[in-house]
Amino acid sequence: MTRAAVCMLDERRLHMQDGPIDLIVEARGTSGSIQAAYAAAATRFSTVLDELCSELSLIRSEVAKHRPPEGHIAHRMWSAVLPFTLRCFITPMAAVAGSVADEILEAMAAAAGITSASVNNGGDIALRLTGKETVRIGLVDRPDRPSLFASATLSAADSVGGIATSGWRGRSFSLGIADAVTVLARNAAMADAAATFIANAVDLPGHPGVHRVPAASLQPESDLRDMLVTRGVGPLSPDDVIRALDAGVAAAETMIATGLIVSAALHLAGTTRTTGNAVSSAHLAAVKGPAIAINRRLSP
Amino acid sequence: MSEAATDDEKIRCDACPVLCYIRPGMAGACDRYANDAGKLIRVDPHILLERTVEDNGALVPFAASRESWDGRVVADSNTFVTAIGAGTTYPDYKPAPFIVSSKVDGIDMVTVVTEGIFSYCGIKLKIDTDRHLGPEQATVRADGEPVGHVTTIEYGSQMLSLGGVHHLTGGGKKEGRVTCDTLLALCNKQPVELTIDDGATVIAQAGKPPVINGIIEERMRVGCGSATIGMFAKQWLGLADDVVVVDDHITGVLSEHQAGKYLGIPHTGLKIKGRRSTPGRYFKVAEPGTGWGGTNLIDPLAILGPFDRKVAWPGQRILMVSTTGEHSAHFVLDDDLKPVETAMPLPLVAVVERIKENCEPALTTVLFMAGAGGSLRAGVTENPVRLTHSVKNALTHVTCGGAPVYVWPGGGITFMVDVTRLPDGAFGYVPTPALVAPIEFTLSLEDYSALGGYVGEVLPVEAFRGTEGRRRLPRGAGNPWPLKSAL
Repeated sequence: MTRAAVCMLDERRLHMQDGPIDLIVEARGTSGSIQAAYAAAATRFSTVLDELCSELSLIRSEVAKHRPPEGHIAHRMWSAVLPFTLRCFITPMAAVAGSVADEILEAMAAAAGITSASVNNGGDIALRLTGKETVRIGLVDRPDRPSLFASATLSAADSVGGIATSGWRGRSFSLGIADAVTVLARNAAMADAAATFIANAVDLPGHPGVHRVPAASLQPESDLRDMLVTRGVGPLSPDDVIRALDAGVAAAETMIATGLIVSAALHLAGTTRTTGNAVSSAHLAAVKGPAIAINRRLSP
Repeated sequence: MSEAATDDEKIRCDACPVLCYIRPGMAGACDRYANDAGKLIRVDPHILLERTVEDNGALVPFAASRESWDGRVVADSNTFVTAIGAGTTYPDYKPAPFIVSSKVDGIDMVTVVTEGIFSYCGIKLKIDTDRHLGPEQATVRADGEPVGHVTTIEYGSQMLSLGGVHHLTGGGKKEGRVTCDTLLALCNKQPVELTIDDGATVIAQAGKPPVINGIIEERMRVGCGSATIGMFAKQWLGLADDVVVVDDHITGVLSEHQAGKYLGIPHTGLKIKGRRSTPGRYFKVAEPGTGWGGTNLIDPLAILGPFDRKVAWPGQRILMVSTTGEHSAHFVLDDDLKPVETAMPLPLVAVVERIKENCEPALTTVLFMAGAGGSLRAGVTENPVRLTHSVKNALTHVTCGGAPVYVWPGGGITFMVDVTRLPDGAFGYVPTPALVAPIEFTLSLEDYSALGGYVGEVLPVEAFRGTEGRRRLPRGAGNPWPLKSAL
């Protein structure tokens, strides 16, 4: 029995899971091209986790400019986080989810003439649109309670190839206090790294209401070591919320100005700020209807 | 699944090559495996119940490793596949996640296993207490949000009704979320703090004593002081000349009480400081507290006035006892008609013990109540109403995570279940918000086929042999075995 699990989720989507990687893949095109694309995705996926684990200690360390990792996916991660090395502590792990999604998307596109495709890696999504294809994306304001509060429709003209969300309530640790930061960028690896960076920037250093603990006290081998990660945010005054979001928006705008990302939506304590074009408020439309993900809590 | 033992209970998970080092109480990078007090567990295992060979209802600890289960031949009717962790199917017309066949008493039985998503659900909470928790219909809040209301007082208990579709989806966003959190925690046997408008603060947890305004409620009274006199008067006859049962609500005096008069017990000249209600019954002898009988009394003699010299006599024997029997003392009047504490005669000790025995431990009881809608029933059969008919005709047996349920008469399949009879962590939620609860329908294959069931989807119970993603538990103590034929 192989470790990775690959199966059709329904008539349209492919589900692939291996260790912590969980992908939902959807391709559009002729039935023959979809079949070829899914076969290519499954083949490429079979070694992804082993490739990453073979260089685990390197990709968990602070980015070394002159020491790129060898694996193809690890190299994507390294490239995506390089622009941030001068601004903050960052490891290639900040882009792992997006890089895996990009890799699978590319394998599918290379194998078959699909008209559009998406690879969703736990909320970090690689996207390819051609011609008149559009895709509607849903935005969540709290990753721990995935109910959609708005959606945006993307087309090929938007030049968006990656969508990623980061925040302290999500699966990964955050140095900041944003509930969620969603970033649109040219690829998922960059969106992933940028969402991490901007979510870290939404912060109120020294604020007594923010509970922080060393990352290693939660996950002994976290790439963030003893850096303080956010575990709780108490009530914030309206001024606090504005101040923290201003810091995040400033970080996002620098990245838009240098062409690293397309746009960003930042959420903190019920307040949303957007910057850039694709998720401007004109694009956002309220979403109705229940989410269907089932969550079960671990007993304490 | 194996795990390497390491220092201070951290686990090296070897489910995948990431090899996460997981601290106790935390999950690995995948959120699928976690460290539960030094043991590696699947976070969402699918629960299977096991019946032991010498089944006497005792809970047998589960300690089998993966190896010892591999290749095991599952005895048909000794494994019950619950819906806990089974998941659900979407859209509705799809068959339930698992439809399992097994043989019971030689008859082919089918269990349809699914997790239901319930927007129409709630909790009936029974708090064993005589304290005033709040006026009837008062709003019950959690985290400041309305999550339910106070309903009736039953004997020795206050009932609360929590949840329901109006709080879950009919109010504000936060109200729905807090209601869902509150129901989920109570169903999963976790403690929850509830505040009642114009009333008390209660910490409720299924199967545990309630904590009311910071004080743990220990025992239910068998009755008030007057009722206790009525119940035990005959047993005191000849052992004491008078008995005072101290109680925060009504304090009773044997010689003045109708029960004493009926037994021909003479007046003793004993006087109670307090407001007399009817003969032998006194209100408000002291302030509420944690002393004698729910009052603030430390010394019971504080509520007695001087004995009437014209009636009382030296050598008179007085028993004072609280309504729960937790406090008691025996006095004899001296020549100056002053009570002097003396050792309690053994026959009186026995009656005090009997009062105590009749005061049961105070508990919080959580009954989950939900209605299985058409969508859920459509996962069982293409003709959902036939499932309702089959349940009503007792051809289909309904269980919730293997626990017995009470199905309400009338339309639909509305059921109640005592959450303490389910395995831990049996309930989940969806962000709608709604609760996710396991539900199993067991019926004969013949009946299943007759009601339009998905006979083509039936899996033999042997298909559930492995342990990957599954957890085997002994059935809950006292629960009837959920697999039974209707015969």
